[in-house]
Amino acid sequence: MLSIKNLHASIEGNEILRGIDLEVKAGEVHAIMGPNGSGKSTLASVLAGREEYEITDGEVTFKGEDLLELAPEERAREGVFLAFQYPVEIPGVSSTNFLRTAVNQVREHRGLDPLDAVKFLTMMKEKMKLVEIDQKLLSRALNEGFSGGEKKRNEIFQMAMLEPTLSILDETDSGLDIDALRIVSNGVNQLKSKDNATIVVTHYQRLLDYIVPDFVHVLYKGKIVKSGTKELALELEEKGYDWIKADVEQAAV
Amino acid sequence: MSTLLDTHPLDLILDQSHDDFQEVRAVGREAFAKQGLPSAKAEEYKFTNLTKRLAQTFDSFELAAAFDVSEEQVKNAIFKGFDGHILVFTNGSLNQALSSEITGVEVTSLSGASAALGSIAKPEKDPFAAFNQATFKNGIQISIAKNTQVEQPILVLNFIDSTKGNLIQPRVWVEAGDFAEATFIEQQINLSDKEYFLNEVKEIKGGRNSHIHWYRVQNEGKTSISMSNIETDIQQDGTFTSVNLSLSGLMVRNNLNLNLLGSNSEGNMYGLYLTNGKTHVDNHTNVDHTIPHAESNELYKGILTDNSRGVFNGKIFVRQDAQKTNAFQQNNNILLSENAIVNTKPQLEIWADDVKCSHGCTTGQLDEEALFYLQARGIGKEKARGLLLYAFAGEVLENIKDDAFRSYCITLIQERLGTNF
Ligand SMILES: Nc1ncnc2c1ncn2[C@@H]1O[C@H](COP(=O)(O)OP(=O)(O)OP(=O)(O)O)[C@@H](O)[C@H]1O
Ligand SMILES: [Mg+2]
Repeated sequence: MLSIKNLHASIEGNEILRGIDLEVKAGEVHAIMGPNGSGKSTLASVLAGREEYEITDGEVTFKGEDLLELAPEERAREGVFLAFQYPVEIPGVSSTNFLRTAVNQVREHRGLDPLDAVKFLTMMKEKMKLVEIDQKLLSRALNEGFSGGEKKRNEIFQMAMLEPTLSILDETDSGLDIDALRIVSNGVNQLKSKDNATIVVTHYQRLLDYIVPDFVHVLYKGKIVKSGTKELALELEEKGYDWIKADVEQAAV
Repeated sequence: MSTLLDTHPLDLILDQSHDDFQEVRAVGREAFAKQGLPSAKAEEYKFTNLTKRLAQTFDSFELAAAFDVSEEQVKNAIFKGFDGHILVFTNGSLNQALSSEITGVEVTSLSGASAALGSIAKPEKDPFAAFNQATFKNGIQISIAKNTQVEQPILVLNFIDSTKGNLIQPRVWVEAGDFAEATFIEQQINLSDKEYFLNEVKEIKGGRNSHIHWYRVQNEGKTSISMSNIETDIQQDGTFTSVNLSLSGLMVRNNLNLNLLGSNSEGNMYGLYLTNGKTHVDNHTNVDHTIPHAESNELYKGILTDNSRGVFNGKIFVRQDAQKTNAFQQNNNILLSENAIVNTKPQLEIWADDVKCSHGCTTGQLDEEALFYLQARGIGKEKARGLLLYAFAGEVLENIKDDAFRSYCITLIQERLGTNF
């Protein structure tokens, strides 16, 4: 579904991604871990199409198509979804109005009729249950004044509404208490199918007890320096990153 | 002696005198002679050099005459969903036949008896107000009787035909009796592309516990210049609310002055300017808190693109006696192009010590983070931009109480921002 080959990206002249290779197949869950500043969010942003980053080398194909050619909205319509690490507050734009516009633009792209107000509301109600999000939140402006946890929940709610094929969750677990974590993970798990894939970016092994990964990758200084199964996450939890860093430095010598 | 060459085209018109406002005119004339047209350095006009713009645009002026419009034209000018009364003006003159009869409201041409003219918008305060007072042709008086609540809005249709004269000087005196209530919606219909100079003065005298809403869409001709002086006296328990939407014109300058003269009075000033091309819009507002326990609210927002320019100058004057004043002011701007400019200046002069006063201004670009967020959810870039800009502008339009007019304004804005949703 997603194939990343030798991806290099930089911002303002600083190379952040330095040759990423990653294959994600339908039905899989990949976890990306790594120390602060290693480039995890950068990778997520590049996949979602943020224009500030310059792709200096490499290629990304999504369902066989060149992903890097597409505008951010086209990627979303094709089925790429990024749950932001820091969702933006957008005053004056109502959550409901925003979502309906988004859902209908995505539907239009997929050759479906737009949802009328009633059908849209029905769908919203159904998906709201999935992440146990309060209706009151959605009657407010988009993310405005939401707590950290509410923002994260809202991201997963949007994911449920847009029905993506590739979901990239950037630290969706950070700042969630254990109850919220369970709810959000549960939501993600219910949305999983054999036809879609998930990339979870996280610092904590804890999340991976709930969303169980098929593969775990360690990103360090813009490269995937180690890949393994969910046991790798446990090892990282126990030993931290220093041993990996040491391995990398050693290899460089 | 000045020759024709170094005389400003406006000066030439001063010699034309009219009918029966001799005294009022004499006062205007004298005030104008004292001030003259603002020089390039004049503090109040330093970002908006009307004197120069006028000289560049016009060789001479001719006072605009009234003209005929058809019922059909009037019908076509009414926005969708409007339900209310209509007043029709052509180049500033009243067309009685096409205007509604409104119970409790009298609309007449001003007669010589109107000695009060210039007592609210004092000619010595602004050279263009003085100029209007010295030379205007037809004045209008709108009187709302005591205790009259005009339930439906009053749509004021200003038809402008600049081929009938390029100097248009509406002069309006509005008087609201105690407990009177009315909503005015002002709209302009330009019948010709020929450039004009519109120089209006509006004086609004509120009664006790009177409530006046004044809404206006300013769509001036692309090559035209518009100068507006609106001043209102607000008495005890009275409110006045202005919502002004500026969409076009070469140079537009609005002076809006609110005088809070009675306790528990309230003045609200809201404005939105969407400018493109070379349009220059300047909003100068002034609220004068003269007594304790009065409130003023102000929100002006601008979205500017191309080479357009916006000026905002908001003065809040709180006199020593005006304890327990609440005064709020906000000006926010979004620049969509590198060449668009905004000059914004809050001017607070506070002499009382027990007041609540806040002000703030911001000028920035469209929020790129927000734009990306919307796009990442599948919303096309243009639509996402529109959504954000509309959200920004919407805060001003919320202050329009008439649903049909608010919807109409939303349509106008969506047309301008190139999106609908
Ligand atoms: N606009 C920018 N200009 C320069 N450097 C940037 C910019 N944005 C990010 N960086 C740098 O890129 C590197 C990678 O950042 P990124 O946000 O991708 O890390 P991360 O792995 O997601 O970290 P965290 O775990 O803290 O979320 C960091 O060193 C960061 O400082
Ligand atoms: Mg990050």
